[in-house]
Amino acid sequence: MSERVVHIRNLHKSFGDLDVLKGVDLDLFREENVVVLGRSGTGKSVLIKIMVGLLRQDEGTMEVLGKEVSTLSKRDLNAFRLKIGFSFQNSALYDSMTVRENMEFPLVRNIKNLTKKEITYRIEELLDAVGLPQTINQMPSELSGGQKKRIGVARTLILNPEIMLYDEPTAGLDPITCVEINNLINEVRERYKTTSIVITHDLTCAKMTGDRMAVLLDGQFRAEGTFDEVFPRATDQRIKSFYDYNFTET
Amino acid sequence: MAGEASDRKPFISKKIDKFFKGLADAWNFVKRFWQEVFLPPYEFKEVIHQCYRIGVESLPLISLTGFIVGIVFTNQSRPSLSEFGATSWLPSLISIAVVRAMGPLVTALIAAGKVGSSIGAEIGSMKVTEQIDAMEVSATNPFKFLVVTRVLATTFMIPILVMYTDFVALIGSFLNVNANELVSLSTFFVQVFESVSFLDIWSSVLKSLLFGFTIGIVGCYKGYNSSKGTEGVGRAANSAVVISMFLIFIEELLALQIVNAIRGM
Repeated sequence: MSERVVHIRNLHKSFGDLDVLKGVDLDLFREENVVVLGRSGTGKSVLIKIMVGLLRQDEGTMEVLGKEVSTLSKRDLNAFRLKIGFSFQNSALYDSMTVRENMEFPLVRNIKNLTKKEITYRIEELLDAVGLPQTINQMPSELSGGQKKRIGVARTLILNPEIMLYDEPTAGLDPITCVEINNLINEVRERYKTTSIVITHDLTCAKMTGDRMAVLLDGQFRAEGTFDEVFPRATDQRIKSFYDYNFTET
Repeated sequence: MAGEASDRKPFISKKIDKFFKGLADAWNFVKRFWQEVFLPPYEFKEVIHQCYRIGVESLPLISLTGFIVGIVFTNQSRPSLSEFGATSWLPSLISIAVVRAMGPLVTALIAAGKVGSSIGAEIGSMKVTEQIDAMEVSATNPFKFLVVTRVLATTFMIPILVMYTDFVALIGSFLNVNANELVSLSTFFVQVFESVSFLDIWSSVLKSLLFGFTIGIVGCYKGYNSSKGTEGVGRAANSAVVISMFLIFIEELLALQIVNAIRGM
């Protein structure tokens, strides 16, 4: 069995009176793609935000790459974050910067003594990898939703992360662009040997990108396994309806 | 544990607790600014960019306003002085009023409206679209890049804008005085410089530094802590202006007391 890179046990998180995560357990192994599925508001994004230290759990352990995230000092947390790439739901490109500046931003602040040539080479290489070399001098407002997602992924990859976290990568995109993004997620894993967690409620995305599914219901993972193990023969009515809504209707 | 925070009974009442919590948050925000401002890495390029945005891009509005203030104040003062046959004192009166109070106050209020709201809205929209989170997860320091740079830029640029406003207001005043009393430019400015003391200029500059800091820090604080989507961004921009203006008046009042005390020594 390959090396375990994420180890989550009995994770709890609440916001005021609302208990979002109620004892989540999950393990993730190197170069594995795990898809976390669940309806909106079930705490999927909260889970990966705890993973990068944007939120802190109320209870439980969140060990990533052998480190308990909640106990890291500010300095260690920054060093740790270099190994984690986070692709945001709305891409989160910096509005006031061009695509080049967006990609330069984390690079020049984290890797010192890079020459201009090296920076440009790295940016162009990644823009090629996501199929958008022509956008280098464009502003985010000039890009389509799919292009923004791709640039967001490229910006994330610029620091060579070991783990990629995708928050709703296909949300708000047309079906063809969704397939392109799903292919990109798979390409990224093959090319950069990353381990990934994909947060989604899109079963097509889950089927295309996931080695393993984990279905989050009522603050806990209620089903885990390959797509075929979890969905077509699901006995839990909520998981079954999730599948039916995504596939039977179409 | 779950629900703990909301189950806790308010210390006095929810509103008062919220007010004091807000004050504590604001204090921590200011404290964090002073902690981060001296620590490397320094974002010089961004500070210069923000200085350009805040300073140069405010010039047209500041110029027009300063010029009008000079003309209007001269016109309004003339009847009172002419009753005593003292219209020749107009340059002295205008220069003292402009340098001591009107220049700093008018510039700061305009900057609070223009710059404070834009900082609040810009950082607020970055917050709600997760751009600040994106900076944080890429192991960079958004506070340093967004807050420290903007606060430094407002703190440096407002005093410069104030001196510029003083100059433009005095030019407006001169044109009015020249048209009505036929006073030459050299006579006008000799009288201006005779009336204004070093204390007036220094107090004006120091006060402007404080106004600039206030505009920057309030705009950044409101933007950085905005929530609830686009509505929250609007609210952040609005409260950045209102709170900055309120604080500027309080600071003006305090500065006046301090300068008067020094003058009386």
